[in-house]
Amino acid sequence: MARQIYEAITDGILGGGVYALMAVGLTLIFGVLDIINIAQGILVVLGAYLSYVLSVHLHIDLFVGLLVTVPVMFVIGVAIQWLFIRPLRGRDRASMSLLACYAVALIIEGILYRVFGPNYVVLNASYITSSVHLFGFYLPDIYLYGFALAVACVAALYLLLYRTRFGRSVRATMQNQTAARLIGIDVNRVAAVTFGIGVAVTAVGGMMFGATSGGFNPNSGYDLISRLLAIIILGGLGSIGGALAAAVFMTTAEALVDIWSPDWAVVVFYVALVLVLTLRPSGLFGRSPVRAQ
Amino acid sequence: MSGPRADAEIPAGPVGPSRPSRPSRQQLVRTGGRAGGILAVLAILAVFPQVLQNATVTTIAVDTLVFAAAAVAWNIFSGYSGYISLGHAVFFGAGAYTVGIAARAWQLTGDAVFGLLPLAAAVAAGLAVPLGLIALRVRRHTFVVITIAFFFIAQLTATNLSVTGGSSGILAPSPNWDAATFNDPFYYTALALLVVTTAMSWLIRGSRFGLQLRAIRDDEDRAAGLGVRAMPVKLAAFVISAIVTGMAGGLWFYFIGQAIPQFAFDPLFDLSVVVMAFFGGLGTISGPLLGALIIEPGQQWLTLQYTNEYLSEILLGALFLVVILGLPRGVIPTGAEKIAMLRARLRSARQEAAADGPERPAGDPQRPAGDPARQAGDPAREAGR
Repeated sequence: MARQIYEAITDGILGGGVYALMAVGLTLIFGVLDIINIAQGILVVLGAYLSYVLSVHLHIDLFVGLLVTVPVMFVIGVAIQWLFIRPLRGRDRASMSLLACYAVALIIEGILYRVFGPNYVVLNASYITSSVHLFGFYLPDIYLYGFALAVACVAALYLLLYRTRFGRSVRATMQNQTAARLIGIDVNRVAAVTFGIGVAVTAVGGMMFGATSGGFNPNSGYDLISRLLAIIILGGLGSIGGALAAAVFMTTAEALVDIWSPDWAVVVFYVALVLVLTLRPSGLFGRSPVRAQ
Repeated sequence: MSGPRADAEIPAGPVGPSRPSRPSRQQLVRTGGRAGGILAVLAILAVFPQVLQNATVTTIAVDTLVFAAAAVAWNIFSGYSGYISLGHAVFFGAGAYTVGIAARAWQLTGDAVFGLLPLAAAVAAGLAVPLGLIALRVRRHTFVVITIAFFFIAQLTATNLSVTGGSSGILAPSPNWDAATFNDPFYYTALALLVVTTAMSWLIRGSRFGLQLRAIRDDEDRAAGLGVRAMPVKLAAFVISAIVTGMAGGLWFYFIGQAIPQFAFDPLFDLSVVVMAFFGGLGTISGPLLGALIIEPGQQWLTLQYTNEYLSEILLGALFLVVILGLPRGVIPTGAEKIAMLRARLRSARQEAAADGPERPAGDPQRPAGDPARQAGDPAREAGR
């Protein structure tokens, strides 16, 4: 029993790292652009399919393939923002952007269905099935690599945000867009690049998701986005640390509940979200809602 | 505070300040014309299935009517209050499952199943109150996400519980009605639901309740400061909207014949309803109707033409993008604006012609006493008041 619990906790933390990466991208987009990118789920699936194509048709290793998929997803992200989000104006801008993202998600899902069909596919590599024997547990290699990669990416994001000039622009825009504009920051460029970064991390998340999910198809996007949304809301919209903490917390909680009842484990995700929101509407680490939303 | 603020939106309705006590002849004609138009449309809708006995057409019609009712109901809450709900499928599915479980438990068949619709309404209302109390405490973004969360909780619960039949769902009792007029009871029930819902939407819009809702939409804090009790108002709209959606779900379940978690709680349902309302015009009465009338048959037709239904998904998303980027306020408001612009242009053209008039001799047949140009001057004078 105790063994199962330890296993659940380690699974939760390792898996949480990957979800954290995708969630951080989402919360970053919210912090800077004030919109929730509902398409993040299907973009992760798109990243997974890209890795799949590279791996199966071009025989490129999954991790090496990231060198291609990450820039591609970045460009896709910038394109989405530039084409569909930036032109939106008006009082209902926030809601409209959310719906625009939903529409984009629908289009991407439809395209994926047409190209790949509804059948489940899996990413394959040698290190997915092999595992490391550590402290009496078997930790799948892929989880360890993935976790390490996730940590590296989050660290890279942190460095970008806190040690570069661009990062300062991003943080300034997050704090107060008008003031940022007044001191000369090109807010449009910051918004586009941030959206691109937020989507680029889905390439990594997608590869990991594809490798560890045991089979995915275009429909997997819904489950993903709902989890990601729950994570960032729980952590507090706009808070990167919050997204990290919430991701690990949620996946660990789900893994623990899974021991008792696999069917209801998934529901834990959402119930936890609802519970936290009734007690603390702005999430664990969130900013309090600004008056004009 | 010294008085009503200059920028406050006070409609010239029953709540407005000065207004002529007797409607002018022009306005009576307009109201009469509008009422006549509505009656004509209702008459056409009523005889529609008798005239066109084609089963495919009536099936699409029933589908459209159900979605139209759902869209108008969604608009009553989200359109008027500004809180976009992507979780209304919860009530739709709840209504569907309620009718299914009750029909199975009480062994009902045939027309009696329609009697379960009020039960579906009650269950939906019972769900809406706690859900609303939780969800309506938070603002825009978080609210949308919470509704999404509720949606997934509902779908997962339906898949897991045995009383709802798990992932295989529940089957509806199949009525043994005459095949030729099989769709008729569904059609008329759906039509009745739609008419009642639209009437409710119209009544709400013209009432103080509707005004409070729209004030919340414009600026909730300011509305609260002016004395609007936000939570009861929002909750009331939420519950009303849920009730209709639940009944639509119950009806749809009986029509389709089964309730499976993926279809009773279908994210595409939410999105379709939202697109319809946005396309037609969010916050208007006829907007969601128009949206449903155009989009739903279009979707069904596409599914019939191309059995690959993913195309309709892509097109729906593309249409939505077009609507958001190009027609952000929807067809009805934009259309109304264009018509008003045309009318103003016509009026000013006539006024220019009238301004040339006084130069002519008095007995000129060109300018009889009942000249429309003179009547056209009246609204201009009224507007200038």
